[in-house]
Amino acid sequence: MPSLDQIPVGTRGVILSITGEDVIAQRLMEMGVIDGEPFQLLRTAPLGDPLDVEIHGYRLSLRKTEAARVQVQIS
Amino acid sequence: MSHEPTTNPGKIIRLALLGNPNTGKTTLFNALTGLKHRVGNYPGVTVDIKKGSFTHQGAEFEILDIPGTYSLAPRSPDELISVELVLGLNHLEPKPDVLLVIADASNLERNLYLATQAFETGISVVLALSMMDLAEKAQIRVDAKSLSNQLGIPVVPIHSNKRIGLEELKQSLLEAAREKKTAALVPFPNELEDSSRKVLGILGESGSLFLARRLLLETDGFLSRNLLPLLGDGLKQAVEAERQSFASKGINPVSIEAKVRYGWIRETLSPCVSKPSVKPVTWTDKVDQLLTHRIWGMVFFFLIMFGMFQALFTLAKPLMDLIDEGKAALGGFLGDMMAEGMFRSLVVDGLLEGVGGVLVFLPQIAILFCLLAILEDCGYMARAAFLMDRVMAKCGLSGKSFIPMLSSVACAVPGVLATRVIEDRRDRLATILVAPLMSCSARLPVYTLMIGAFLTEGYPDWFPGLILFCMYLIGFILAPLGALLLKRTFLRGQGAPFLMELPTYKRPSFRMVWARVLDASWSFVRRAGTLIAASMVIVWAVLYFPTNHPQGGTFPEKIAEAKTPEEKDALEAEWKKSSYLGRVGVLIEPVVQPLGWDWRIGVATLASFPAREVVVGTLGILFEAGSGEGEEVEQKLREILPKITRTDDPSKPLFNIPVALSLMVFFALCSQCVSTLIVIKQETRSWFWPVFTFVYMTLLAYVAALLTYQIGMMI
Repeated sequence: MPSLDQIPVGTRGVILSITGEDVIAQRLMEMGVIDGEPFQLLRTAPLGDPLDVEIHGYRLSLRKTEAARVQVQIS
Repeated sequence: MSHEPTTNPGKIIRLALLGNPNTGKTTLFNALTGLKHRVGNYPGVTVDIKKGSFTHQGAEFEILDIPGTYSLAPRSPDELISVELVLGLNHLEPKPDVLLVIADASNLERNLYLATQAFETGISVVLALSMMDLAEKAQIRVDAKSLSNQLGIPVVPIHSNKRIGLEELKQSLLEAAREKKTAALVPFPNELEDSSRKVLGILGESGSLFLARRLLLETDGFLSRNLLPLLGDGLKQAVEAERQSFASKGINPVSIEAKVRYGWIRETLSPCVSKPSVKPVTWTDKVDQLLTHRIWGMVFFFLIMFGMFQALFTLAKPLMDLIDEGKAALGGFLGDMMAEGMFRSLVVDGLLEGVGGVLVFLPQIAILFCLLAILEDCGYMARAAFLMDRVMAKCGLSGKSFIPMLSSVACAVPGVLATRVIEDRRDRLATILVAPLMSCSARLPVYTLMIGAFLTEGYPDWFPGLILFCMYLIGFILAPLGALLLKRTFLRGQGAPFLMELPTYKRPSFRMVWARVLDASWSFVRRAGTLIAASMVIVWAVLYFPTNHPQGGTFPEKIAEAKTPEEKDALEAEWKKSSYLGRVGVLIEPVVQPLGWDWRIGVATLASFPAREVVVGTLGILFEAGSGEGEEVEQKLREILPKITRTDDPSKPLFNIPVALSLMVFFALCSQCVSTLIVIKQETRSWFWPVFTFVYMTLLAYVAALLTYQIGMMI
C-alpha cells in the first residue's frame, strides 16, 4: 500500500487511511483527506517538495512528511 | 451574559463573520462596513480581529471579522479566541446574534465543513455564497434555493465587489436575528450523541451542542485545558467519563468528526449542486502549468520578486526624498519663524524629525502592501509559498516566510508587517525576529560612506561592489540561521502542519487592494507612529541637554556668536560630547575600544538608535564636517575621515580598514532602528520581543564587529 509521497505525479487514486491520531492527522482530515476520497497528485514543487494534490475539487498543497502518513490506493 | 436573539428594534444586532481562507471574507466585510472598522484588542492574540458596523432598515449591526479558518477546532491561542468570540465565551464581546458564514460556491464541500460546525452553536446562521462566477466557469451549478431548504437556513449568493446580493444578505441577517431558524444538524452516531447530550446538560446555559462535541472529540486537550477551568469543575470528569464510554463502543474520536461531516455534506449537496462528470481544464490549470513549472515557474517567480524589489526601491525612493525635502523645507521655514533656542530645536530637530521619521516609511509600506495585496488577491501568493517552501523548510520555516524576509531587504518595517500572512504563530515570530538582520536600505549610507572613504581608492573597480555584496550576504546567511536557531530553542514545538490551499486564480479587485494599502499604512501611523516619534524626541533631548558651556553661557549662544564655520563646527562637536548621550558614550569607550572605535564612533552609534542612517549625520558633527544632511556632509566626511587621528595617539589615524569593516559589520547586524523595534512590539503585542531583538542583535553585532576588527588587525 503506497503512501501519497511515493506515487508518481499524475496518479489518480483513493485515500485509504491516515496514520496517527495527532493534530496533523486531524488537520488533514478537516481539509478533506479522509478515507474513500478520490484524489489526483497533480505535481510536486520545482524543488521536489511540497506536493500539489487535487481533492474535493480543490487544490491542497502538503509536504512529503505529512503525505507519508496518507495511505492511498492507486486506481 | 446571555443574549437571546432580539425582537427589540433598538438593540444592536451582533454578527460574527466566519469563513475559510480565500473565500472573499474580507471583501465581504469591507463591502458591508465600507472600510469603517477598528481592530479589537484581545489580550494574548497576535492576529487582527476587526470590528465594523453598518445599518439596514434602521437596524444597527455590529460585525466581527473572525480570522479565516477551515475548522472551529482550536489548537492555538489565536484560534481559541476565534472560537470564544463565536460562542460568546469571551467576556470582552457579547454573544453574536447571527453567524454569517461565507462559503466559496466553487468548492462547497470543503467550505461547508466549517458551516456544519456553526450550525451546532445554537446561534442563527446565514450562509453567503461567494465565487459564483468561478463556480460557473468550472461548470459547477449551485441551486441556492434548494440548498437553503436542505440546510434550513437562508442562503444568499453574493458578489461583494459588484455589490450583488448585499441588500438581500442584510435583509436575511435582519430576519435571522429577529426569528431564529433551526439549521440542519449533522447526525453523529448514537453513542456519541448520548455523550454529547450529557455534557451539554452539565454545560448548561453557556453550552452548545458544538462545544459539547468539541470537548468530547478533541484529542490534544487544548480546548479542555484552556476552557474547562472557566466553565467549572465537574465538567472535566464528566467529559473524561463520556470519552471513555464512547471509545469503548468502538468510536474513534480522531476520525469520526471529519468522516461524518463530509459524508453528510456530500449527501446534502447532491440534489443542490451539479458538477460536470469530467472536470474541465480551467484557466487556473493552464496558468499553473507555467507558474509552477520546474523551470519556468522559478524563472517567473524570480522575475516577479525582482519586479517587486525594483518597484519598492525605485517607486518609493522619489516619494521618500519628497518627504525628506518637505521635512527640510518645513524645518527651514519654522526655523526662520522661530527664535533661536531650545523650543526651536525641539520643534525642528526633535518633533519634525520624529514625525518625518514616521512618514518616511509610508511609501515603502504602501507600495509593498499594494503589491502583496495584488499577489494575494489573484492567488499567486500561495504559489510563491509553494515554490519556496523547500528552501524555507531548511531553516525551520515555511514558504510563507519568504516574501516577508525578502521585503526586509528594502526595509524591515514593512517586512515585519508582511508576516501577517504566516498563520503559524512560531513561524511568524521567528520570521519577525530575524527579518531585521536582512540588510535594509537604511544601512546603505553607512556602507557607502565607509567603502567610499577606505575601500575604493587604490582598489580594482569591482572591489567596492564586492564588499557591498558581502555586507548583504551577512544578512542573507545569518537571518535563516537565526530562524533555525530560534525554532530549535525559544520557539521549539510542533506547529501547524504546512497544509495550504492553492486557490483558483482570479483578477485582483481594486477595492480589495486599496483597502489593504489603506489599512496597512493607517495602522502603522496610528499604532507605531506615536511611539516612534516619541522615542525620536527622547533621543533628541539626551543629545541636546545639558546646554551649559564649561566657560559659562550655553552652547546655543556660543554657536550663535561663532565667527567662523570651523569654530561653529568645533562647538557643535564639543556640545555633543558634553550632552547626556555624549557622556554615556565617553563612559563606555572601554567597551567599544576592542572594536577599534573611540568615543566619537561610540556616541554616533548610540545616537543612531532612532535610525541607522542618523550615524552619518552624527559622525559629521563629531568630526566637525558640519551639521546638516545629505550628500554634502557625506562627501566631506569621506575626505575628512582618513585624516582623523586617534585621541590617545595623534600620530596614528583613527580609521583603518579593520575599523571601517568592524563599523560596517556592526551596522549590518545591530538593531539601531527604533521603528522596527516598535513595529515588532505592535505585531507581537508584547514588549518582550522587541527587547529580545535589541539584545540579541546588539550582542551579535558586537561580537561580529569584535572578530572583524581583531582578525583584521592580525592580517
